[in-house]
Amino acid sequence: MASNVDVSGNTVLTSPPVQQSDDAHGYYTPGEPIRDTKAPSGPIKDRWTTHKMNNRLVNPANRRKLDIIIVGTGLAGGAAAATLGEAGYNVKSFCYQDSPRRAHSIAAQGGINAAKNYKEDGDSVYRLFYDTVKGGDYRSRESNVYRLAEVSTNIIDQCVAQGVPFAREYGGLLDNRSFGGVQVSRTFYARGQTGQQLLIGAYQAMERQVAAGTVTQYTRHEMLELIVADGKARGIVARDLVTGEIETHLADVVVLASGGYGNVFYLSTNAMGSNVTAAWRAHRKGAYMANPCYTQIHPTCIPVSGDHQSKLTLMSESLRNDGRIWVPKNREDCDKDPRDIPEEDRDYYLERIYPSFGNLVPRDIASRQAKNVCDEGRGVGPMVGDFRRGVYLDFADAINRLGEDAVREKYGNLFDMYERITGENPYQVPMRIYPAVHYVMGGLWVDYDLQSNIEGLFVTGEANFSDHGANRLGASALMQGLADGYFVLPNTIREYLADGPFAPIDESHPDVVAARTSVEDRIQKFLSINGNRTVDSYHKELGNIMWEYCGMERSEDGLRKAIDMIRELKADFWSNVKVLGTADSLNQSLEKAGRVADFLELGELMCIDALNRRESCGGHFRAESQTEDGEALRHDEEFAYVAAWEFGGEGGQPVLHKEDLVYTAIEMKQRSYK
Amino acid sequence: MRLTLKIWRQQNASAPGAMKTYDLDGVSTDMSFLEMLDVLNEQLQSQGEEPVAFDHDCREGICGSCSLMINGQAHGPEVTTTCQLHMRSFKDGDTITVEPWRAAGFPVVKDLVVDRSAFDRIIQAGGFISANTGSAPEANSVPAPRDKAMRAFDVATCIGCGACVASCPNGSASLFMGAKITHLGELPQGQPERYSRVVDMVAQHDAEGFGGCTNIGECAAACPKGIPLDVISQLNRDLRDALRQGR
Amino acid sequence: MAVSGLVFIGFVLSHMYGNLKALSGELAFNEYAEHLRTLGEPLLPYSGLLWIIRVGLIVSLVVHVGSAVVLARRAHAARPVKYANRKYKNSSFSSRTMRWGGLTILVFLIWHLLNFTIVKINPAGGETNNPYRLMVDTFDLWWMTLIYLAAMAALALHLHHGTFSALQTLGLTNTAAARSRARAAGWVLAVVVAGGFSLVPIFTLLGVIS
Repeated sequence: MASNVDVSGNTVLTSPPVQQSDDAHGYYTPGEPIRDTKAPSGPIKDRWTTHKMNNRLVNPANRRKLDIIIVGTGLAGGAAAATLGEAGYNVKSFCYQDSPRRAHSIAAQGGINAAKNYKEDGDSVYRLFYDTVKGGDYRSRESNVYRLAEVSTNIIDQCVAQGVPFAREYGGLLDNRSFGGVQVSRTFYARGQTGQQLLIGAYQAMERQVAAGTVTQYTRHEMLELIVADGKARGIVARDLVTGEIETHLADVVVLASGGYGNVFYLSTNAMGSNVTAAWRAHRKGAYMANPCYTQIHPTCIPVSGDHQSKLTLMSESLRNDGRIWVPKNREDCDKDPRDIPEEDRDYYLERIYPSFGNLVPRDIASRQAKNVCDEGRGVGPMVGDFRRGVYLDFADAINRLGEDAVREKYGNLFDMYERITGENPYQVPMRIYPAVHYVMGGLWVDYDLQSNIEGLFVTGEANFSDHGANRLGASALMQGLADGYFVLPNTIREYLADGPFAPIDESHPDVVAARTSVEDRIQKFLSINGNRTVDSYHKELGNIMWEYCGMERSEDGLRKAIDMIRELKADFWSNVKVLGTADSLNQSLEKAGRVADFLELGELMCIDALNRRESCGGHFRAESQTEDGEALRHDEEFAYVAAWEFGGEGGQPVLHKEDLVYTAIEMKQRSYK
Repeated sequence: MRLTLKIWRQQNASAPGAMKTYDLDGVSTDMSFLEMLDVLNEQLQSQGEEPVAFDHDCREGICGSCSLMINGQAHGPEVTTTCQLHMRSFKDGDTITVEPWRAAGFPVVKDLVVDRSAFDRIIQAGGFISANTGSAPEANSVPAPRDKAMRAFDVATCIGCGACVASCPNGSASLFMGAKITHLGELPQGQPERYSRVVDMVAQHDAEGFGGCTNIGECAAACPKGIPLDVISQLNRDLRDALRQGR
Repeated sequence: MAVSGLVFIGFVLSHMYGNLKALSGELAFNEYAEHLRTLGEPLLPYSGLLWIIRVGLIVSLVVHVGSAVVLARRAHAARPVKYANRKYKNSSFSSRTMRWGGLTILVFLIWHLLNFTIVKINPAGGETNNPYRLMVDTFDLWWMTLIYLAAMAALALHLHHGTFSALQTLGLTNTAAARSRARAAGWVLAVVVAGGFSLVPIFTLLGVIS
């Protein structure tokens, strides 16, 4: 392994990584290395412009002859449907919800980053790019991230033109705030409902195209299989969730914008219906799943209150701008009224350990430290299992400094939400927070054009392994979803579509028939098992395994154990699950059964990926790889690669393909927030 | 606590439905209303009965999926969404009636699930600003007065749940429409289409079979996002101005 | 609906004002009734202006009732299946009783016109050509006064919501403050009009007017 130390003491990689450890030996098959064949070269700031220029155009007259299927209507899917519709393509948009407006992008609270530098505080495209790569712990692709930063400014222009009501200053110009451990103010926001406003903007743009006839929307439809015919993605098999009808939809290209798979943990901040099925079906058809173990745990969620809990609610981490995080210094104070604990008995642990960033350290650090203090027995709130799982987020200082009205103006809706859920008033009693699974950086592998290794299958938004590396900065998910949907995909998909329309196929094509039959068989299988356990009970059990062994801290032994447990659970599921009702009507148990079946397979792959990656980076913390202070320790010389997993067949082992990460514009540095 | 639940069961859109009574024990006050229904559904499945179908997704009060008429009130007794309603709002021994939204524009799909695609079609009729991707000018080139932007935001928080329709004695969707018309009409970007928007949306609203507004105000009282009644006044004013312009 | 409603608001205000002439005695009241007919002379013939007003009121009535019927039918069609359990959150009683209240007022109006205008029925059997005496005879009967007071209660409710609703429909209540003002206007009109109208029957029954 060649490396040298530069003048500032940083280790600079000079050759590709070579993995020494092999923790996952026996669980996987090594495969050929891969690389992004579309990756542009040249000076980083010119790459996207040149690439756009080089990508071929599609004649406007030809566009209406080209059919595009888009699965998912969140920021990435909705924005893409609108933009491709505007361009004149024939778009078919699918979502499982009753309206495209309900996609889970709507729940994002904090804001969206853009390198506008309106505050003249030293921000730039380069700085946003740099922060994102650094925040992702040097596990993302340089070119992709630079492109993301570059188009970020266009997103704001676009959204404002659509009528997104961003916060404004008194002069009527757009306001910004600093967000999630970043030292410049580049986050645009609409109070605590930025995701909602952006999604409604994309939704309205899409509905406009529905009215114009370029987009057809299929609501309450769930994609259950990808159709790959003659080596190309040519359509999907979807179930009409109301009538139960299995439908075949064919097209020239398929775009998956189906979101993330955080619900593999059962409890997460995802919507109840968020699932991996679209992506997993594509994976089983040959699409590589990249870095599935990179999971973002969000530090500021409302703690679990009991066994009945169905989901966790996130509160924007903008709360950390003014709230101070602490736990009692002494365990015996943990069940006291926090207001009775004197200042000297409180441990503001983030401010203590990280004096320069304090409460604004990145999400993974804030989360893990919360877990650490709770594991030490200094957590607060009700006992859940053997621990109190919560830390205080205290606004008493902010209320003293700014006044209650100012705090209400900034965080009123979050405080109200907290009070509604917990029954406690955060203006008087400190909030309690605990980390929860929030976002997954992993997803289907794509090249620079957002095309997966299956020709004609494009993947956007959280569903791809994306631009966030091993961790995502706050307010960057909205940026990436909209960047992909509005500006990237429409400029890359045309290179592929320039060769179309492709030879028409019909429903009698053997690959189409096979896809359809497999869906029908699977549904019949679920309904005929007629066992003793509900789908939800399996989902909960899987979630517990994942949270315990593949959550904030992962270890070799734990992961091995988890893999065994998941395999057992999966076998039990297929012989003992109980799904009532029929296939020809709205059947929510049946829908869940399919999703949980796929989560079971994904969970195993996540554990294998986590087991293989014997390093700590971003949202992946391996107990075996930490500094003496308990900080994450990366091993660039071994793991500076993207792990792209190929489906190994039913009962087979997944095949690992590595894509080396090469940095030319940025030097890899070990992260330090001290 | 122990509850008696009276729930509307209906197999599909064309089948007749009826209220069915269930007893449920072991409900905790920390549960959300939907988590209480989850518990009921687990119980029903263990007894071999099909679970109650209801719409829900984000469970944090923002997606607008959940839609239950609880004890005769849209989203129940508190001003919030059903998913954010907690069982601490009820007492041990209570009988709770749960019905779907009732409106001709929202036909029942199954049990408590209704079809709200009429809202999509109202938006399609004009609830947007025509700005093709890539055509936007620099965001700060058009300042928007802060108070207008704030009002636009306040009403843009509509989640499209349909509680306004469900609670309106006239079955009108004027609050939903008014919220969108006010949101876009308060912003400089929304001006060019301001008057065609209101005319087209109202025409679609009426075609969907929603009732006319008589300003009763149940909609604003039931709205989980607190959209005020003045958006309907705004709608009326814009409509009046539009008609005066001969649109 | 709103415009015709506002016409009626103007009408009931001036009608109520005229009725209060009864407090000034028989002469003033009858003079007022006659004056209504000679107003606008000689430009207009006798009763000319009165008929112009009457035509305006009849047109407003047709528009008002017509709109109400359309709205009621739409409301009925918009909710074909009723709720098994229904609880109102924050709407006024008056707003939910506009249709029944309106119908009550319409029925009353018919009687009222028979009583004082078209047929001039004197329920006490007395003279009918002296407006003042006709009024006193009518309200000396306790049950007639009761009917009139009940009608005024219906009118008060109708005005309470109707005033606000008309302003809202005309797009004049775009802010919370304007909305409160409109609501207040509803209260004031309800109290002033219904109260003003009620004074005459009550005073007659009590013998203040005789």
